[in-house]
Amino acid sequence: MNPTEESLSAPHVLDYTYKRSLGPILSQFFTGLRDKKLLGVKRKDGSVLFPPKEYDPDTSESIDEMVPVQDVGAVKSWAWVAQPRKQQPLDKPFAYALIQLDGADTTLLHVVDGGSEAGMKTGMRVKARWADETIGSIKDIACFEPA
Amino acid sequence: MSDEAKDDVVKVIRTPVQLDYNYSAGRSASRFLRSIKEGKLIGQRCPVDGRVYFPSRGSCPQHGVPIEGEPVELVDRGTLVTFSIVRIPAESVPLEIPFVTIQVLLDGADTILMHLLGNCDLEKVHMGMRLKARWKPKEEWEESVANIIYFEPLDEPDADYDSYKEHI
Amino acid sequence: MRDVAVVGFAQSQSKRREVNLNDTEIVIPVIHELKKGKNLKNEDMDFVCSGSSDYLAGAPFAFVMGLDAVGAWPPVCESHVEMDGAWALYEAWAKIQMGYAEVALVYGFGKPSMGDLPLTMALQLDPYTQTPLWPDAISMAALQARICLEAGVLTDRDMAECASRDRRNAKDNPYAQVKGDFSIEQILADPYLVNPLRKHDCSPISDGASAVLLVAGDRAKDYCDRPAWIKGIEHICEPLDLNVRDLTRSRSTEIAAEKAGVGNAKVDVAELASPFSHQEVLLERALGLGADTNVNPSGGAMAGNPMMAVGLSRIGEAARRIWDGSAGRAVAHATSGPCLQQNLVCVLEGN
Repeated sequence: MNPTEESLSAPHVLDYTYKRSLGPILSQFFTGLRDKKLLGVKRKDGSVLFPPKEYDPDTSESIDEMVPVQDVGAVKSWAWVAQPRKQQPLDKPFAYALIQLDGADTTLLHVVDGGSEAGMKTGMRVKARWADETIGSIKDIACFEPA
Repeated sequence: MSDEAKDDVVKVIRTPVQLDYNYSAGRSASRFLRSIKEGKLIGQRCPVDGRVYFPSRGSCPQHGVPIEGEPVELVDRGTLVTFSIVRIPAESVPLEIPFVTIQVLLDGADTILMHLLGNCDLEKVHMGMRLKARWKPKEEWEESVANIIYFEPLDEPDADYDSYKEHI
Repeated sequence: MRDVAVVGFAQSQSKRREVNLNDTEIVIPVIHELKKGKNLKNEDMDFVCSGSSDYLAGAPFAFVMGLDAVGAWPPVCESHVEMDGAWALYEAWAKIQMGYAEVALVYGFGKPSMGDLPLTMALQLDPYTQTPLWPDAISMAALQARICLEAGVLTDRDMAECASRDRRNAKDNPYAQVKGDFSIEQILADPYLVNPLRKHDCSPISDGASAVLLVAGDRAKDYCDRPAWIKGIEHICEPLDLNVRDLTRSRSTEIAAEKAGVGNAKVDVAELASPFSHQEVLLERALGLGADTNVNPSGGAMAGNPMMAVGLSRIGEAARRIWDGSAGRAVAHATSGPCLQQNLVCVLEGN
């Protein structure tokens, strides 16, 4: 045996075809996306979680009062992806961003088609661009674009 | 999408995961696979008790010691330890049913190999049968245990039960 | 509480790509070195616990093969966590506390080079609203770094200082992968990898493994002249979603540090498993470390980051400095989840 001999290797694709049950809160959220409506959930203190959760992350209380939020908002942070991977949502350079939509008190992690890194700025206003076909998926929002 | 479908509530979403890997076999498996490409079956000997692992994964899973000695070449014949006749098709198994999966103990090895039985009537399959490998034509050999198409019966008396009972 | 000590440690070299060995074969020599060095037989071990992730190997139940490196016949009392080996150590410690074990072998291993690690890490996010967008781990960290920078809680110079120190310290660590003299000015002059992160702000991708031996009570002295006693160990978790967390501090590390008693006395050495330089700044603050603490004498995770072993290695590196007398009191840290979601803090003392 030659101890420095390289190991054989072969391409391998891990392919899981997961289907996920939603439950009442996320079911309303994803049904909303399909119908091009954005729904958050109101906490007991009146603040709005978007995307919604079934529980208050601070108090663990059940929460279920769904409220609409706007499809425009402000970028709170962003990271520029110069070379997107094939799994990632856009096939040209884009930004991952934390976006606080008007009417929401928390941010949504999504993508911004900002054109170039120089076009990105914290605080910039962005608006959702809907996918051609909406099916009930976070990718029903194709991306956000400068508003 | 029709208006009727739009009335439905979304209760389930699809979230497929697809990731690309370059899987590496490692040193021991690579040596085994390179040998089988040459038509050779190699195992490795545990330095503690001398048992021959086939194929070897680089350590003795019983004693937890590395196996680093010279490989042990094995013959392509052995004893059928146990079997199952499969009559249910599966999408991922490209074999015609019914087929027979077997565990075969190669002569000189102390661990069993999972493979297929061929060239044998279903009603004649039994534990202790003596078997030999049916290889693909040499020009088709690659780094794969599938170079052996299946094991088939040898015209020999059955092996003594005691010779394979610890592998059941 | 029972007295439990870290008495043995072995690790592989951190490598960007281990071309010869599969993940089990990476573990085999590490465990063998530890057992041989401590003259440890399988029958001496009451409990074996490991940490790894099947997603790194790309195969379900890949972790089962790791047990080949231990030897599991006659059958052994064994457990596995789909986390860094530091959490396996916590489980072993708890098992000893409950009186079910005296001697425990803990190991962690990973070979992330087989896949695209930053992308694989997207699988730890919310599978409904986040993973389908495949945010890679570097982008996630960059989102946090920008928030910290723009909030003014740290500067890119603070980040570069961590990176510079870790790479310099790593020069003395034969197991480290990234080492050398890089001045703060040099680092700050580098282009961004993912703005605002430069390459030096990121830990490397490493294949590797490590193993630690835990022993309870007086028996610890049979294995080590100066055992590193676990005086406090705690792990605390924050919500998964970044949007309900304060990303400008590591609240979970603060709580874990308080519960583990980090601030009760001077900390001579701290070993941090920080994947990114801005997170290292946050961790030092959360642990309350000052100028009198030698942070990351090994270089920390920034010098070598074998996924699922890197946190366990921090405990081993901290313990090593207790054994040789260079530290009287040491703190080790491990993390899991996006942007320091979950943190483990372990306090080790020589007396």
